Amino acid sequence: MKRTFWIVLCLLALVCAGTALAETPKKGGTLVFGRGGDSVGLDPAYETDGNSFQVCDNIFEALVFYADETTALEPGLAESWDIAPDGKTYTFHLRKGVKFHDGTDFNADTVVFSIGRMMKDRQIKYFGKGWEIPAQERPPEYWVSMEMDDIVGSIEAVDEYTVVFKLKMVNAPFLANMGMDFADIISPTAFIKNPVEFIRNPVGTGPFKFVSWVKDDRIILEKFDGYWDKAAGPYVDKVIFRSIPENSVRFLELKTGNIHICQFPNPQDIALAKKDKNLTLPTQPGMNVGYLSFNHTKEPWKSNVDLRKAIGHAINRQAIVDNLYQGMGQVAKNPIPPTMWGYNESIPGYVYDVDKAKEYLKKAGFPNGEGLGEINLWSMPVPRPYNPDGVKIGEAMAADLAKVGIKAKVVTYEWGTYLKRQREQPEDMDLFQLGWTGDNGDPDNFLAVLFDGKASTAIRTQWINDDYHDLMVQGRETIEQAKRDEIYQKALQIFFDECPAIAVAHSTVIWPALKNVNNFKLHPTGSVRLKNVWLK
Amino acid sequence: MLAYILRRIMIMIPTLLGVTIIVFLMLHATPGDPAELLMGERATEESLEQLREHLGLNEPLHVQYGLFLSRLLKGDLGETIWTRQKVWVEIKQRFPATIELSLVALCISCFAGMLLGVISATKQYSIFDYASMIGALAGVSMPIFWLGLVFMLIFSLNLGWLPLSGRLSIGVDLEVITNFYIVDAVITRNWPAFKDVVWHIIMPAVTLSTIPTAIVARMTRSAMLDVLRQDYIKTAKAKGLSQFQVIFKHALRNAMIPVVTTIGLQFGVLLGGAILTETIFAWPGVGKWMYDAVMQRDYMVIQGGTLFIASLFVVINLCVDVLYAVINPRISIQ
Repeated sequence: MKRTFWIVLCLLALVCAGTALAETPKKGGTLVFGRGGDSVGLDPAYETDGNSFQVCDNIFEALVFYADETTALEPGLAESWDIAPDGKTYTFHLRKGVKFHDGTDFNADTVVFSIGRMMKDRQIKYFGKGWEIPAQERPPEYWVSMEMDDIVGSIEAVDEYTVVFKLKMVNAPFLANMGMDFADIISPTAFIKNPVEFIRNPVGTGPFKFVSWVKDDRIILEKFDGYWDKAAGPYVDKVIFRSIPENSVRFLELKTGNIHICQFPNPQDIALAKKDKNLTLPTQPGMNVGYLSFNHTKEPWKSNVDLRKAIGHAINRQAIVDNLYQGMGQVAKNPIPPTMWGYNESIPGYVYDVDKAKEYLKKAGFPNGEGLGEINLWSMPVPRPYNPDGVKIGEAMAADLAKVGIKAKVVTYEWGTYLKRQREQPEDMDLFQLGWTGDNGDPDNFLAVLFDGKASTAIRTQWINDDYHDLMVQGRETIEQAKRDEIYQKALQIFFDECPAIAVAHSTVIWPALKNVNNFKLHPTGSVRLKNVWLK
Repeated sequence: MLAYILRRIMIMIPTLLGVTIIVFLMLHATPGDPAELLMGERATEESLEQLREHLGLNEPLHVQYGLFLSRLLKGDLGETIWTRQKVWVEIKQRFPATIELSLVALCISCFAGMLLGVISATKQYSIFDYASMIGALAGVSMPIFWLGLVFMLIFSLNLGWLPLSGRLSIGVDLEVITNFYIVDAVITRNWPAFKDVVWHIIMPAVTLSTIPTAIVARMTRSAMLDVLRQDYIKTAKAKGLSQFQVIFKHALRNAMIPVVTTIGLQFGVLLGGAILTETIFAWPGVGKWMYDAVMQRDYMVIQGGTLFIASLFVVINLCVDVLYAVINPRISIQ
C-alpha cells in the first residue's frame, strides 16, 4: 500500500515536472514572419505604415509600453512617471542600465534628442552635452497629424535619468501617445553618424537588433544579448520578416512550414487553417471601425436626424459582416471598438428593421424615399483593415436602401482622390464610407478625431454638435480615467441619439501560425511584438 | 557599323526625352496625390501641406519637370517619395533579380519556342503541329496568375520538388556581390547556394516563359514555312543534303530575322517587369516595385524606373538590329 502510494506520488511529480518543463520557454531558433509587403523605412518618427512599424516594434522601445493584448499603459523605458496637479507637467523617471544596440547608454538626453527632433520649435534642454539635431529630412508625419506641436511645449532633461515634458495645454491622451511608435527612443549616436541612412540602419534599445534588409524580400533581426529586461525574452535567435505579396501563396508557405506566422490570409484560407492540425489561429478583435457617414455640410443630412436614423435602420450590417467581412468582424454598436474603455454597453445600436426605417423616413418628410432623389453613396476603392471591399459593401448598402425606397448610386474614386475630395465635403457626396484604425487605445483617438466637426474643418465628419464638442474637450482635459470613461459614455449616447454616422463593423484580425510558435499574441494596435515568442 | 551604332545612340536621346515628357504628363494627368496616399485617413491639411512642400509637389509642373531634367543631367534620378532613397540605388537593388529571371525565362522561350516552331513547320499538319500550335495558343492566353498557382500546387505542395516562392531559402547563406544570385553563387563557389538559387528560379522562369515561348513558336513556324517553300531549299534538298543540314543551316538561319525581332521585343517586355510572376512568386524585382509605385503615385520611382526601362528597351532594339547583320550577311548595317 505504502509502495503504491509512493509510486503514484512519483508519477504525479513527474507529470507536474513535465508540464512545468513544457511551459518553460525554449531559447533559440529562427522565427519567420510572413507578411504582404515590405517596410517603407525603419525610423519610427517618419513612418506611417504598419509594415514599417511592425519591424520597429522589435527594434525600438518607447517610454511607456502598451500591455499585452490591450492598450493599458505600463512602464517602458520610463520606470515611472508623475503628472503635476495642473496636468501640464509630466516627469518621466527613466530606467537605468539600458543600452542601445550600438553600445550607447540610454539616458534622459537620448529621450530629449529622439522626441525633440520631431518638434517644430525645438524647446529642448539637455542635461549633458547632448547632440545637435540635424535638419528634418521631411515633416514627421505622425507627430504632425497627432498635433503634437500644439501639445508639447518643451522637453528638458533635469538629470541623467529624469525628463520633464511641459505641455501647452492639458491633454489626457498625451501619455498614451508616448507609447506609440513615433515616440520610440533612438540612438542619437547612430542617427548623427548618418541621418539620411538611419531609416535603413535603425538602432534602438529593443529586444532585437537590425542585421540586414533585402528590399521586397526580407528584413533580418537578431537577438540583442544586452537587452535590459533579463526576466523574459527575447527567446528566438533570429527574426526574419519575409515579404510574400500574394495572400494565398503566403498561406501555402505557412502550410509547408516555411514561415511561422502568416499575416492577413484570405478569409477562405482561415477555414482551411481551422481544419489544419499543425496550425493555431491567434485572434484579436481589431481596434478599428468601418463607418458610413453623412455630408453634414448640406441638407437634408445636416439637420434631419430622422433621415439619418432611417438610413441606420435600413442597412443590414449583419449581412454585410457575414458575407463581405466573411465572418471576420462584428457588427458595430458604437463607433469605438468594444475592447476599448469608454465603450457604452447600454447602447442598442441601429437594428436592421425595414419598417422602422420606413417610419423614420416618413417622419423625416421623405415617405418611401420620395423627394430625396438619387443620392450618391461614396464607396472606398481599396480594402482597408476595417473594410475589406468598399465597393461591394456600397452595393449591398444601396440594395438595402432600395428596399425602403431610397435610390442610391455607388460612387468611387482613386483612393488619394477619394480622401482629398471627401475632406472638401463636395455637393455630389451624400453618404460616404470611411474608417479608422486606432493609434493609442484612447477613445479620444476615435470620437474626437473622426466626428467632432466643431473642433476643426479637417475632421472627416463635419457634424457640429455643441454638447458633443464640449464632452470631447472635457475628455481631453480630464486626467482621471474613470471620469473620462463617463464622459465618453455620455458622448456615445449623444452619438446614438443624433446619428451623425453609422458604425458598420469592427474587423477581427486572425493571423494563423504554426503550432510550435508559442506565446504569440496579437495586439489591438496591430503591432507585432516578438520578444516573448519562443519556438518549440 | 560603329558610325551606325553611334548614330542610333544619338537618336536615343530625343526618344528618351520624349518618354520622360509623356510619362511626366501622364503621371500628373492621372488623379491622385502621393502626399494624400502617404498619410491616408489621418491626413490633416497641415501635415499634407508640409509634406507637399517638402516633396516639391506645390511647384508648377514645368518647374517640377525642369528639376527632374536638371537632376537627370547630373546623373541623378532623384529620391523616391515613399522609401526616401535614391531611385538609382533602388533600381540597382531590384533590377538584377528581374534581369536574372527574364534571362532564364528568355532562354527557355528561345529553346523551347524555336524547337517547337521548327518541328511544327517541318511536320506541317501533323498531330504534333496541331498539338504544339494549340499548346502555343493556350500558352498565349493562359492567365499567368493561375498558371503560377497551379505549378506551385503540383511541384511544391504535392511533389515537394521545388520551393514555393522567393529567391533564396531561409538558412542558406549567400554573399551578395552583384545581386545576380546565380552569378554570386558561382563567384563565391557556394554550390549549396547555387543549387538553392537555381531551384528557386525554375518555377517563376517557366511560368514567365509561357507567353514568349508561345509567341516565338508561332513566329518560328510561320517564318520557317515561308522559307521552306523557297527555291534554294529545294536546291539544297536536290544537292542531297541531310534533312538536318537543310533545316538548321539553310532554312532556320534565313527564318531567324522575324524570330530575333520577336525575341528582342519579348526580352524588353520581360525586363519591363513581370508584375504578376513577381507578385505570385514573391520575386523582389522591378515589376512589383513599379506597380506599387504607380499605386502609391511615387512619381520619382515611376519617372526614373520608366526612363531606365525605356533605355534598356532602346539598347535591346539596337542589339537586335546589329544581330540582323550577324545572322544574315545580306543585311549590311550602315
